[in-house]
Parts: sequence; C-alpha cells; structure tokens
Amino acid sequence: MRSPERWGLLAAATVLVVLLPALNALPAGSPLRVSDFTLNLFGKFLAYAILALGIDLIWGYTGVLSLGHGVFFGLGAYAMGMHLMLEIGTRSVYGNVLPDFMVWNRVTELPLFWKPFYSVPFTLVAVLVVPALFAFVFGYLTFRSRIRGVYFSIITQALALSTWLMFNRNAMNLGGTNGLSGFKSIFGFGLNSPATQRTLYVATALCLCGAFLVCRAITRSPAGRVLIAIRDSETRVLFSGYSPAAFKLFVFIVSAALAGVAGALYVPQVGIITPAKIGVLPSIEMIIWVAVGGRGTLLGAVVGAIGVNWLQSILTTTYPDLWLLVLGSLFVAVVLFFPDGVVGTARRLGMRLRRLPRAAGAGGRLIGRPDEGRGPEEAAPQTNVPHVQAPR
Amino acid sequence: MWKSLLLALALLPGLTTPAAAQGAGASPAGAAASAGPSADVARHIADVASPDATVQQEAAVALGKTGDRKILPLLQALREGSVYVRALPEGKKETLIVGDKITEGDRTLVPLFRAYGREPIIGPDAKPVLADLSTLEEVSTGRSLRIAIRPLIDAFSGQSDLVSPDPATRRAAATKMGYTGDTDTLKVLQEAHGKEGDRWVRFAMDEAVALIRLRTGGEPERVAAAETLGHLRSANAMEPLDQIAGDPQSPAPLATAARDAIKRIERWGLFTQGIEIAFQGLSLSSILLLMALGLAIVFGLMGVINMAHGELMALGAYATFLMQGWFTAHFPAYFDYYFLVALPFAFLVSATAGLILERGVIRFLYGRPLETLLLTWGVSLIIQQGLRLWFGAANVDVTSPGWLSGGIPVMVGVQLPYNRLFIIGLAAVCVAAMYLLLFRTDAGLRIRAVTQNRGMAACLGVRARWVDAGTFALGAGLAGLAGCAITQIGNVGPELGQNYIVDSFMVVVTGGVGKLLGSILAAIGIGGLNKIIEPGMGAVFGKVLILVLVILFIQRRPSGLFATKGRYAES
Repeated sequence: MRSPERWGLLAAATVLVVLLPALNALPAGSPLRVSDFTLNLFGKFLAYAILALGIDLIWGYTGVLSLGHGVFFGLGAYAMGMHLMLEIGTRSVYGNVLPDFMVWNRVTELPLFWKPFYSVPFTLVAVLVVPALFAFVFGYLTFRSRIRGVYFSIITQALALSTWLMFNRNAMNLGGTNGLSGFKSIFGFGLNSPATQRTLYVATALCLCGAFLVCRAITRSPAGRVLIAIRDSETRVLFSGYSPAAFKLFVFIVSAALAGVAGALYVPQVGIITPAKIGVLPSIEMIIWVAVGGRGTLLGAVVGAIGVNWLQSILTTTYPDLWLLVLGSLFVAVVLFFPDGVVGTARRLGMRLRRLPRAAGAGGRLIGRPDEGRGPEEAAPQTNVPHVQAPR
Repeated sequence: MWKSLLLALALLPGLTTPAAAQGAGASPAGAAASAGPSADVARHIADVASPDATVQQEAAVALGKTGDRKILPLLQALREGSVYVRALPEGKKETLIVGDKITEGDRTLVPLFRAYGREPIIGPDAKPVLADLSTLEEVSTGRSLRIAIRPLIDAFSGQSDLVSPDPATRRAAATKMGYTGDTDTLKVLQEAHGKEGDRWVRFAMDEAVALIRLRTGGEPERVAAAETLGHLRSANAMEPLDQIAGDPQSPAPLATAARDAIKRIERWGLFTQGIEIAFQGLSLSSILLLMALGLAIVFGLMGVINMAHGELMALGAYATFLMQGWFTAHFPAYFDYYFLVALPFAFLVSATAGLILERGVIRFLYGRPLETLLLTWGVSLIIQQGLRLWFGAANVDVTSPGWLSGGIPVMVGVQLPYNRLFIIGLAAVCVAAMYLLLFRTDAGLRIRAVTQNRGMAACLGVRARWVDAGTFALGAGLAGLAGCAITQIGNVGPELGQNYIVDSFMVVVTGGVGKLLGSILAAIGIGGLNKIIEPGMGAVFGKVLILVLVILFIQRRPSGLFATKGRYAES
C-alpha cells in the first residue's frame, strides 16, 4: 500500500479508536460532545464492518459468494447473547434463574447446551469456535464436492433460510421469534452505564483494527495470492498443483470466525438479537455493504459497512417505505455502474489523475473486478466476437 | 279459512270496497291460498302461537310429522323468532311470518307472509302488505321449543336435499341424517337408496343407515351395523364406535365388533392419508416444477441465476387478482370464467416483466453469474416493495371460480380437489409444451444450440441475444403461470415469491441445469419429500432435512441428476 494511504488509515483508526470515545467522554453540554446514541450507533456499524471484512475475504478476494453469513453472525451473537441472558439471573421479570422466555415456555430446567455459557472464557472461545466449526463442517462438505459459483451461493442461501426457520422455533430454546434481549450487564458491568458502552465501543474499534490487520496479512501473504488466483481461475489453480478446496475452506472459516466476533460485539451494544438478523435478507444485505464499498479492497468493506448502514439508519427513520426500494436500487446501480465500489472507483480515478505509468497494470490486477471463477461456457466471449472456445 | 283470508285483506289500509276485495282474490296470494292447509294443519298452525309452551311444542311436532314441505318456513321462522300473530275481526287470530324490518319515521314496518308456505301477503294494490310491528303480537319461542324444532327442520331439509339434483347435496344430506336421524329417517333413507343412481350417494346412505342402526337398534342389529361400518371404512363412524368400544357396559359381542371395525377403519385411514399426502406433494411439486423449469432453462442457457423469479411469480398472482377484480366490476355474470382469462394474462404480464428485465439490465452482465444474482436480487426487492406499496402489505383475496371448488371422490375418504388437479394438469401441459418447443421446433433447436456452445451457434448465424431474450421471457411467463396457479391453493402477498424461491433453486441444483427430466424428477422429489416429512416432523425440520439431503446428494453428483456430458461439461 502506498504511504499516503497508510497515513490515512492510521488517521482513520485514531479517529475511530481514540477521538470518538474521547469526544463522548466530554461533559454533557459541550458543543463537541458525541452523544451516547451516536457512539452506540457507530459501535454497531463497526461491528458490521468486522463482518464485512470477513465477507470481503471470501467474496472479494476468493470469489466465493456466500449468501449465508448471517448464520455465522447469528451464531456468534447468540453465543454472547446466551451468556448475557444467564448473567441476568434473578434480575429478570419473573425473578427466576431461568431466562424469561423459558419461564413462558414452561421449561423447568436449563437445557444442557446453555450450561457452559455461564463461564466467561467458554463464551469468548465459543464466539469464535462455534461459527468456525460450523463453517468447517459446511465448507468441507461443499468445497470438497467442488460446489462452486452460483451453486454455492444458492446452497448457502438455503442454509440461511433453514437456520432462520430453526431459530424461530420455540423448541430450540433460543427465544423463538423474540430472540434474546433484556440484558442487564456484561461481565459484571452494567450495560446501561455510558462508561460500559464506551468501553464496548473501544473494544469493537480495536477488534476492527485487529481484524483489518489479520485480513491484510492474509491477503498479502503468498496464500493471499492463491486466493486471488482462485477467484480469477479456479481450474488453473487446481492444475497448478494447489488445492483450491483447502484454501477456500481456510478463508471460509476465517470469515465465519470474523462474523462470529462481529455478532458477539453487536449483541451487548444493541441489546437484542433475533432470528430476523440472521435470515436470507440480512445475509444478502451484508454482501451489498461490501459491494458498495468496493470488493477486493479491505478498506472498501469497512467503508461500505459503515456507509450503507448509516444511510439505512437515516432512511428508515425518515422514509421507512423507501428503504427497500433504495436497497434494491443500490444492488442494481452498484452491479451495473460501479462494480468496484466507492473505494475501487476512487482509487482508479486517483490513479488516472496522477497518470502513473503502471496504474492500469498494477491496479487492474489487484483491484480489478473478480472473475467469479466462472466455467468456460459462462466465460464464453460475447457473441459479437466470433470465437471458438479456447482449449483449457 | 279462505273467507277469513279475504276478510283479512279487506281490512288492510287502502282497501275499502268489496270490489277491490274481489280483485285481491284474483291476485297470486289468493291463488296460493287456494291450495290451503287441511283443517288439522290449520289447527296446528293456530296452536303454534299458543301461549302455553306444551301446546305450542306438541303443535310444532305434529306439524313436523305431517311431512308437508310448506310447513318448513314456519318451523324455521319459529326458530328465528319471526312468527307473529295478527288479530282479525270477529276475535279470530292469524299466525304470520314477518320479513325483514323497515324503519319509516318512528314506525317499524314489516312485510307479512302466510304461515303456510310463506307466500307474501299481497295487498289490493298488488304490492306486498306492510304492517306496523307494534300492531302485531310476537309469538314467544322458548329454548325447549327451539330444541324440539331443530331435528324437525333437519329432517325436512334432509328429505328435500335427498332428492336434490346435485349429488354433493344429496351426499351431505345423507351424511347429516346419519348423525341425527331416528327410525323414521331409516325408512326415508332406504326408500331413497333404491332410487339413487350415484354410487357415492348410495355409500353415504349405507353409512347413514348403519349409523342410525348402531344408535337405535337392538343388540344384534347394532353388532351387524358395527360390522357394516367397518366394511364401509366409514371415518364418520369412528366416534360412536370409540364410545361403544370404550364403554365397559357395552355387551361383549358389540364391543368386539366395534373394536374390529375401528381397527379396519384406522388402517384404511392411514392408507388414505398416504394417498392424500402423495397428492398434496404432487401439487406442490407441480408449482415448484413450473418455477424451476423457467429457472433451469434460463440458467442453462445464459448462466444467469434469476433471484427475481419468485417476484415474477408474485406478479402473475397479482395479475390474477387484478383480473378477478376486473371481472367482478364489468362482467359479474361471467365471474367463473375470469380464471381462464387470468391464465394467459398472468403469463403475459410476467413475460413482459421478464423481457424488460432481460433487455434492460441482465444483458449487460452475461458471463458474470454472481453479479447477475446480486442484481436480480435488487430487482426482486424493488418489485416486492412496489407490490407492497401498490397493493398493501396484507394478503389479497383471490376467490376460486366455482368450477375449481370441490373435488372428485375416488375412494372412501379420499377426495381429489379440483384446484390441485388443475395445477397438476397445468404443470403437465406446460412440461409437454416445453418439451415440444425445445425438441420439435426450430426455436428449440436454437435454444439448445446456444446452451451447448454460444460462440459456435453465433458463428452459424443464430442470433444468440434474441434467443436469450425470448427464453428469458418464456421462463418468466412460466413463473407467471405458477403464480396464477398458486392463487388457488395459497395466500397471495408481497412475500409470495420468497416462500418458493429457495425451494425452486433446490430443484434446479438437484435436477441439473437445463435438463427437463432432471427438473421434473427433482421437483417431484423435493415437493413430495416436503409433504411427507411435514406431518411427522413439522415444516421447519422438513426444510432443514431437505437442505441436508441436497448437500449430501450433490456430494455424489455435483452437477445434478443428469449432468451435461462431453466437451462443454464443467471444466
């Protein structure tokens, strides 16, 4: 990365990690003060940005479009939510050690799979490991049998649908449609106190920086090169002696773990997690964050997640009917007119302005539009060019 | 009686001269009155209005026993409490039925009807007579009277329904008589049985006779009735048989017979349930097939996954809704035929939308399947929200035309509903048409050529872009037909498409791309499996299980049931 951009990144990180919470800590009434609400909103956006980084890894870099990342987000969120539920203890409405929804559903004893979530270390590990393990099993089965392209997307969408259906059931003992909510404290700190929220925000921002660095390390490593190669032509990678399935599985697991972390950071700040956050629509919305920001660039994922969600929170409060129309148009516009997203387009423009001699070459290879790992018949040339299929 | 009627007419307001009274005598009311009740019936009619509840009840039962059809309205009116008494001169009284109240100023007027036959009482001006409600005396009907009347009314309506020209009405009447009838009903049923031509009505009559015998007969008769019911596999008999089998006081042979019969009926019940599930699965499969056909062909041809396919289906459903509204507004007399017009209309609406979608945006994205997927998802959101803003978020109501309600009884306890049969038939016709189109026409040849090798086909002069647009519109039209069909068995709302899209993608994935036979088998498999798992494990586990099965299945066969072989197969 060029150095001005590095300085820009550092500056952005400082603003997010230090400046915003510091402004929030100012005494009330100060003109520069960032309100608790805004800080909380940004905490949510940053959690989403972590998720977007994971999606960028698997989609932007590896060319695998997963329409089921809501599931991994949900697994992390529910793991954290279960711990927070148990921490409520007898402070709940019914004063029972069991969570309220279990009292409604006449569950008399805590289900076995809830019990380990009393432990803080277990919860923190579960937030990472449960989504990762699930991604491993699912990814192993699908990648091994070379399910790719749109097939993979469709299967993951069905995964999102069925997980959503399962989590909606009261019999799962996860709160059914209402999900988990009513949390009082996290690790002993009251969730209502601004200080706790500020700490959570800082933790989220730091996690985002960490995730960014991890993703950058992955994409810049030799393995990262293989990922991009898989995106551009999976078959050639296979013929060159690499196992695309193993690489894809690895990235899928990392991406799922990031989604789990995002979910775990989301829950205490928003205070509720419901199945509606893990279904088909939220899962595909996550894709559009990355697409708008610019896939294949880590910065783009972060910018997109914050930007689109900001837009959503503005629009849904002022014109609730319009949001879905805007979202739909965003999909269409980005795909048709800005396939590189905001960051990609900006970079391209910047390069063109500076007329760097190597701009087209270097930029094209690194940032260029993913080739989606298409098969030869799909990749066949446009019909106006008479062309017999190239042997592969 | 006749004279008193004339007198009654003469006393009505506006009628003053005897000449006018004679004129009224020639009116239809007079003609009807000429077939007046017998003296006995007339006495009972008068007694029904008696203030003494016992007399009232006896009179009502006596009226019921006459079996005279013209008594039925009076009995019904007694239940509703619309029987009044009007005072005639000479201290006589007349029992009347009154119609719906009309408020005029501070008076409440009611039209008057004769107690016998419910003929309207016509005034001299040839208009129905209206009387002030306050001048009439209401006949009070107690609870016990209403209870006593009920079986009488049932018997009346049952008997008249038994000779109805509609077999379904006859069947329903016989079944009802089986529940409520007594030994008198037996005779009626047996008599009707002899004349009956329809075997399903005869079956219902046999069942009713056995049920009545089981309730009212002596012990040997009851045992025989229980056996008969077992042989008839009558599901209606389960309740009384259960009672007999569970009652420790029932005589041993009767209890045994009842238990045997229950076992027989239960076994049959399982069998019929199986058939019903298979049938429902088949109709769900048909919908999925209509959806998946378009998806699979378009995917095979262009590599485009159309996420808006479900919304194209919703458009078809809403087109049907619009057509229904249009018929209701302009041709209410031909309402039953709206569906026949709606079918091509839905096809056209969705096909046009598909054509616009393809020409407008998708054609810019060939060879980029994942981007098309995102784009069409965006389009689907826009269509969905558009439908929501236009028609409202609630489900709209689509009424089945008369000829699609009801069903064909094929065996005891199994009825195949016409609407589901129609859907299955529609899917079969569409598949056949698609087959002919793809394999027997030039257009189909071009579609197959472009599917196999786009570049080569283009070299040989096939306008690939036109083939794409046409095929896409065709696939969209099929989705529109599916949407039209779905209005007959499901809800129509803005989210309609979302409910079916994932399932139809599963069909495409399992069946293989652009393969007719694969799509058919996969649709039947997935639709059937859905319905088989549903009753045992619930719809949710059904969906999850199917997903797991599909994933495991494509482990073995990554390109679906019927993989494309040869040079153009996946790299």
